[in-house]
Amino acid sequence: MQALTTRAQQVERKPLSFLESIYLWNIFKGMAITFKHMFKKQPTVHYPEVKREFSPVFRGLHVLNRDAEGRENCTACGLCAVACPAEAITMEAAERLEGEENLYREEKYAAKYEINMLRCIFCGLCEEACPKDAIYLSETFAPSDYSRKGFIYGKENLLIPNPVTHPTEYAAAKGNRI
Amino acid sequence: MSEVPLFKVTIDNITVEVPAGTSILEAARKIGGDVAPPAMCFYSKLKGSGGKCRTCLVEVNKGSEKDPRPMPKLVASCRTTVMDGMEVKNITSPKVIDARAGVVEFLLLNHPLDCPICDQAGECHLQDLSYEHGKEGTRYEFQRRTFKKHDLGPYIQLHMTRCIMCFRCVYTADQLTNKREHGVLDRGDHAEIATFIEKSLDNDFIGNVIDVCPVGALTDKTFRFKNRVWFLKPLNAHRDCPKCSGKVTLWNRGDEVYRVTARKDEWGEVEEWICNDCRFEKKQTSDWVIEGPREISRQSVISQGHYAGTVGTVLPTETFEAVNAGRQPHLLLDIHDVSKVNKPEVQLSAINGPSHSNNFKD
Repeated sequence: MQALTTRAQQVERKPLSFLESIYLWNIFKGMAITFKHMFKKQPTVHYPEVKREFSPVFRGLHVLNRDAEGRENCTACGLCAVACPAEAITMEAAERLEGEENLYREEKYAAKYEINMLRCIFCGLCEEACPKDAIYLSETFAPSDYSRKGFIYGKENLLIPNPVTHPTEYAAAKGNRI
Repeated sequence: MSEVPLFKVTIDNITVEVPAGTSILEAARKIGGDVAPPAMCFYSKLKGSGGKCRTCLVEVNKGSEKDPRPMPKLVASCRTTVMDGMEVKNITSPKVIDARAGVVEFLLLNHPLDCPICDQAGECHLQDLSYEHGKEGTRYEFQRRTFKKHDLGPYIQLHMTRCIMCFRCVYTADQLTNKREHGVLDRGDHAEIATFIEKSLDNDFIGNVIDVCPVGALTDKTFRFKNRVWFLKPLNAHRDCPKCSGKVTLWNRGDEVYRVTARKDEWGEVEEWICNDCRFEKKQTSDWVIEGPREISRQSVISQGHYAGTVGTVLPTETFEAVNAGRQPHLLLDIHDVSKVNKPEVQLSAINGPSHSNNFKD
């Protein structure tokens, strides 16, 4: 019969030799390979105890930034939302009242700001689009949750701690990024 | 009455015939496209406008058939009438491109680059102009001219800091209304648009100054900070208005009318003036007869996320129940249960003026 391809190979059907016929030998051969791996360097780490260093370009959970005086940088210009390919970002803007100058840097600010982490693909385009250096992607994962509700991140989840009142938390949240 | 003679004029190697007395800018607009010089102060619907901003400078390298000498300097195309056989260079002339970059630098001397805050962003002529012709940096080293925010009546917000002194709003107020109450005070660098002794503007058509303003100096206070224009859906709509034509563009988000403006043509000029009632008072979808989505230039940021035809204006029919024998879809999450943004029961557009922190207290 004509073979369909040239890759077909004839299977060898030689009778077993003596060494092969005592199966124990082949088991030893296999176990030798198994035990050899015990002394090799492991490529994995024990995750929660040991954490790998992130790449300097890692894009994790979003952080809404504050300036050195603790005022929010975001002015709700909507450029992150328009840049977002997954349409994960929504916001509502408000005008700064007199007396709120220590809270918000510009006269307009995001009264509400939400990122739907179920939609987010962590592409970092929002960070690139931001003219005010207000949003950046940090070196943390979005933590897992049992329900979908937990993935709608509001301002209370995203804002970085105030560097004036909570300097240690601020430094921890900022991470090693510049 | 004698027939107006037709003049042949060549702009960027394209020849058109226009009646005598047409300006070079109008002739170039007849050709359309990139050939038309940008204009910040000229407005074809306002008599006497133009000649102030110098963005429409063009090079005339042949004056006319009878006198073929080139004009010695670049001329403002909005104020120069065509001659027979005139040859004009706009984008084909490196001199013009260079001069325009200089003009943009001048216009941006005092203009704050607060586009992330400004409501005009996305439909601002100066933004487009500086994007095309501007340089990245500025050589200006002095204190910039700043003013305090100013209310022109209950509906109009004046940011003098952003003003580029094009005088369009002054002409609008002068020509649309019989009693003008705002104008230009002081001279030179100190010049500013102001109402005399804080007098409020209460004319029926004064809202049109918002539409003619090429920058964000005059903005709609009822729309202030409500939303960005590129998240809104422009819809053509009309109503029976006793004062004006009633033909407007609605800027909707869902069924909420966020803003009403006049319809603008491809040069950013309004097609028909609309009255204050239509612009500021009728903010319900039920007030209007919607004709359909407005066509927006594909290059504009406003067209992002908008599709041709009626997509987005007509709700798609739900087929789930019909296909699944009347069974309701099992939703894992209704976004409004969790999300605090875009709540269906909160009508942001109903708040008169910009929202503040007290509007968001839950």
